[in-house]
Amino acid sequence: MEQGAHLLVDNALARLAPGDRLTVAGRDPHLAVHLAGWARARGHVLEADDGLVLVKGPAAGQRWQDSVRAGGPGADGVLARAPVSWGLAARGALVEAGGPSLAVDLTERDLVWTDVAPRLYAQAAASQWDPATAIAWNEPFELPPEIEGAVVQVMTYLIENEQAALDVPARFIGRVHPHYREVVQFLATQVADEARHVEVFTRRAALRRRELGTSGAGGRASLQTLLQETDFSLASLLLSVLGEGTFLSLLSFLERHAPDTVTRQVCRLALQDEARHVAYGQSHLEHRVAVDPSLRDRLRSAVERRHDALADTAGLQTEVLDALIVLAAGEWSPPGIARGFGLVRALQADMDEGRQRRLGRLGFPADEAAALSALHTRNFM
Amino acid sequence: MGGDSLLMGAVAYDPKVVTIWDGFRQWFRDHGLEFDYVLYSNYERQVEELVAGRLDAAWNSPLAWLRAQRLAQASGRRVAALVMRDSDCDLTSVVVVRADAPFAGLADLDGATVGVGAVDSPQATLLPLAHLRAAGVTPAVRRFDVGVGLHGDHVGGERAAAKALLAGEVDAACMVDGNHLLFAQEGTLVAGATRVLAQTGSYDHCNMTVLDPGRSHTAVDRFRRLLLGMDYGDPAVRPLLDLEGLKRWRDGRVSGYHLLEAAVDGSAFYDRKGALSAADYRP
Repeated sequence: MEQGAHLLVDNALARLAPGDRLTVAGRDPHLAVHLAGWARARGHVLEADDGLVLVKGPAAGQRWQDSVRAGGPGADGVLARAPVSWGLAARGALVEAGGPSLAVDLTERDLVWTDVAPRLYAQAAASQWDPATAIAWNEPFELPPEIEGAVVQVMTYLIENEQAALDVPARFIGRVHPHYREVVQFLATQVADEARHVEVFTRRAALRRRELGTSGAGGRASLQTLLQETDFSLASLLLSVLGEGTFLSLLSFLERHAPDTVTRQVCRLALQDEARHVAYGQSHLEHRVAVDPSLRDRLRSAVERRHDALADTAGLQTEVLDALIVLAAGEWSPPGIARGFGLVRALQADMDEGRQRRLGRLGFPADEAAALSALHTRNFM
Repeated sequence: MGGDSLLMGAVAYDPKVVTIWDGFRQWFRDHGLEFDYVLYSNYERQVEELVAGRLDAAWNSPLAWLRAQRLAQASGRRVAALVMRDSDCDLTSVVVVRADAPFAGLADLDGATVGVGAVDSPQATLLPLAHLRAAGVTPAVRRFDVGVGLHGDHVGGERAAAKALLAGEVDAACMVDGNHLLFAQEGTLVAGATRVLAQTGSYDHCNMTVLDPGRSHTAVDRFRRLLLGMDYGDPAVRPLLDLEGLKRWRDGRVSGYHLLEAAVDGSAFYDRKGALSAADYRP
């Protein structure tokens, strides 16, 4: 018994009914002493008159009499509702009744789910990259001071946006029932992605200069409204579909027009991750709208509410917009500036077109999609 | 206290005592019994309060039960064991030596050093020392006084004696049978490095003691029925039963205390009227 023999006894008892007898034999001189103490603690009775005979107690069966199977381990085992009484139990586990309830409120599949969640999580897990090696940090380059300043300003802006994009899923992770495991896993990769983005944008900003650029109050006010949205689906719309969706255009623009390899690389890698985040938000909302079309009214209200909340703020600070023009110009000359200006105008049109397309996929008619896209924050995210 | 409510005493030998009895209190109240409890820092004070009529029931160690009996008798009253845990019945204590020690029998421990638990531990001190005395063995006793006043509920004294055995500081160590297995499984003792030299006869452990059995006391009757009705299948009480170390409550019996009674008398731990008479016992 000192070396695990209770497992042998338990295994034999498992096949018996309460009240049944099991004769135990062994060579250890301590067997009788240890078996007595072990049996007493487990509610079995040891009869030691003629050999060692255990009378099985009912406790083991009683423990599991009200247990329930918490769905199944695969995606086909996801249930429509998950009781908080299951706590942190694995999906598919046999859950003993009792124990503390979990303080989560997103306990219904349709509130968080999309059928592509398992696949997107698997993609995310397979696509994690190492900031230390994925980017050619030591690649030699030197930019004119105005151009370098523009890159630093854009990076400074990206950092605070990515910080918001990290905070939002992080706040939801603790609210989603762990039964919806793939959702929690995906959100965790999203947080990890944004953590890397914050790192690489910071590192690029500080690569040639000691000081970062400016942070405007209007931009921060816009980001703050993302943190205040407590509804998972509405937050998915504002952050992932509209905000990160708009960022797909921005990062793609930066990858194309950035004046140095490092900036192009960090934007390319961030773009890959953001595309996954947009795909999750978009597919979740398509799932949700399919089961509850009235959600569109709430989505519309969320966009309008955020627009109203930001009506008195400046939105994107002038310094960021100007920096995008200079960055795209790539040189400090009137023709270059004019070219950059045109590219940024085209970028904004591309952002608008992307938002309208995604809203259209959620079932908004074209005119309404156009109107809602126009209400999106001037801060892009 | 009295009437429809019941006040119980328990000794705070571990923080989990609060969890246990807070949980049971809620369960009793959910089942219509106004129940509350008072915690004591040691069993001696709890027993005195019970016999003085300030408690309806006391969750007593076996030693506290004996003292309650004696104190009650001395004041013309009676106590009864209302219920006990299934795990309180038929315990034994063992005297353990190192596997390679030259001791072949109890008599070989004459003059050797025996490690025991706290001065007031029935299972790790009083009962095994009485067993040695009965065999005519007079060892040197090294006591590990952890949690004095808790009547051995604190396992620290037993564990310290076991460690001293392994360290070669004592020749033998005394413990309850289940703890010999526990200490080996948790690594306090190395599996196979010790052997049981002697085992006491079987004895019973705790019981829920009530004063003046037989008098009409609705709450005590209800308390007993509710305790006996606790079902290990009920998830509301199962964690509490697990913490308290039982699968079910059973009716109290007093037939399993005679060995301890003899040990108490043999060591003059209490006098016949229940007064503390052990010279070096300060709970």
